[in-house]
Amino acid sequence: MIAIVKEQLTQAGNFSLFIGRFFKEIFVPPFQINEFLRQCYTIGCKSLPLVSITGFIMGLVLTIQSRPTMTKFGAESWLPSMVSLSLIREIAPVVTALICAGKIASGIGAELGSMKVSSQIDAMEVSAVNPYKYLVVTRILATTLMVPLLVIFADLVGIYGGYIGYNVHGTITMRRYFSEVIEHLDFLDLMPATIKTFFFGFFIGVIGCYKGFNASSGTASVGLAANSAVVTASLSIFIVDMLAVQITDLFF
Amino acid sequence: MKEEPIINIKNLYKAFGKNKVLKGISLTVKKGEDLVILGRSGSGKSVAIKCLVGLLKADKGKLEIFGTDITKLNYKQLNKIRLRIGFMFQNGALYDSMSVRENLTFTLKHHADHLTEENIEKQILEALDSVGLIEAIDKMPSELSGGMIKRISLARTIIIKPEIIFYDEPTAGLDTITAQEISELILSVQKKYKTTSIIITHDMICAKMTGNRIILIKDGLIYVQGTYKELENSSDQWVKSFFFATNQYAAAPGFPA
Repeated sequence: MIAIVKEQLTQAGNFSLFIGRFFKEIFVPPFQINEFLRQCYTIGCKSLPLVSITGFIMGLVLTIQSRPTMTKFGAESWLPSMVSLSLIREIAPVVTALICAGKIASGIGAELGSMKVSSQIDAMEVSAVNPYKYLVVTRILATTLMVPLLVIFADLVGIYGGYIGYNVHGTITMRRYFSEVIEHLDFLDLMPATIKTFFFGFFIGVIGCYKGFNASSGTASVGLAANSAVVTASLSIFIVDMLAVQITDLFF
Repeated sequence: MKEEPIINIKNLYKAFGKNKVLKGISLTVKKGEDLVILGRSGSGKSVAIKCLVGLLKADKGKLEIFGTDITKLNYKQLNKIRLRIGFMFQNGALYDSMSVRENLTFTLKHHADHLTEENIEKQILEALDSVGLIEAIDKMPSELSGGMIKRISLARTIIIKPEIIFYDEPTAGLDTITAQEISELILSVQKKYKTTSIIITHDMICAKMTGNRIILIKDGLIYVQGTYKELENSSDQWVKSFFFATNQYAAAPGFPA
């Protein structure tokens, strides 16, 4: 029991040091701009199809599922605003972040884990190139920047999905639908939801990198790093979300 | 051969938990020397050279390279030393997301801002020519055979024009003919670039071809050292057992005289 606690505390300490090193390295040149842009493309652009499909389905399904209840209460006209608020405040950020945890954190964990076990990280180190700066800082920055953009994109596609969903059993013009959406949206609906997605992105990147960078030797550890990255990143999204909701509730 | 010591190790200790791998190794390598380190698996050969390039932190001891104790250097200072050292990994360790060209330019682009694209291209071609693989320039590591990976890894090592090259089991996992080709390549690199080499190997043919001094590590300490011939004729039973297999290889065609 003591050994398990000790191991967990050691892990927590190492993880804190890993994060601390990120904030130290981020301000020290040389800056790996090309690698950062490459990661932004890999993480952001290549996730767009997946995020588009899930965003669209989220909006469509939420509208179709909510419609009977809203109709029962005579609040069918509130459907566009209800769907958009649900998507923007909670559903799109969390679901998109979970998809990113599955796709990006596992990818980073497996890639860095594989580089670690095949001595590629050591090769970088002996070439006098800082592997933490080149591999870790660029990936964490890319996820921190790209996940919020993907969430905003998912919001838009989800709202459009809601418009299609509304028109399955009813009729509404696109202009009216979107004016309903915008009319009920507040700055306070957008800001906290957007701010928390930066934290989602940060934790997806940092957990993926930490698990991959610390993979032990052997090919099995690559799978383990990828798997562990997904599980831990997903869990961290729920924890960050819970904290964000509490803080938002406290101040706004 | 000049008599300047380029590497000076004094009482190097390294343990992993309770497993004491190196128990006080002391060693001097002169400039231009080609030293082969032999020993059984797990005897600490790779650990010793990884300590020398700062990939592992020595528990105790002095590790001088170019007259500087690397255990006392910060990260930036250590990197300056690393730019004068080449390291060829056992598995090649090519960056598998990059092409051969990108693998070779990686270090140059990070450390030689003054070089023009034209100069970089010239250096890539020169390095690839030295290992006889110019045609592989745009291939990905996944498209290369084991022998080709070792050659490209050697090209990546020599492109920075290092003064010392560490070879970690350069012929491991290769067939006899390819292994001999790699040994010949190491020999030609030693001559062409006038490098100091430390070669870790289990391959006695490679040891005989590439080393002008051989040390044997046993139980974390240097057991014996000398030329290939001296060790081959040693009366020590343990040393004899090491060279026993070599006598069998000697009967095979292609073994160097």
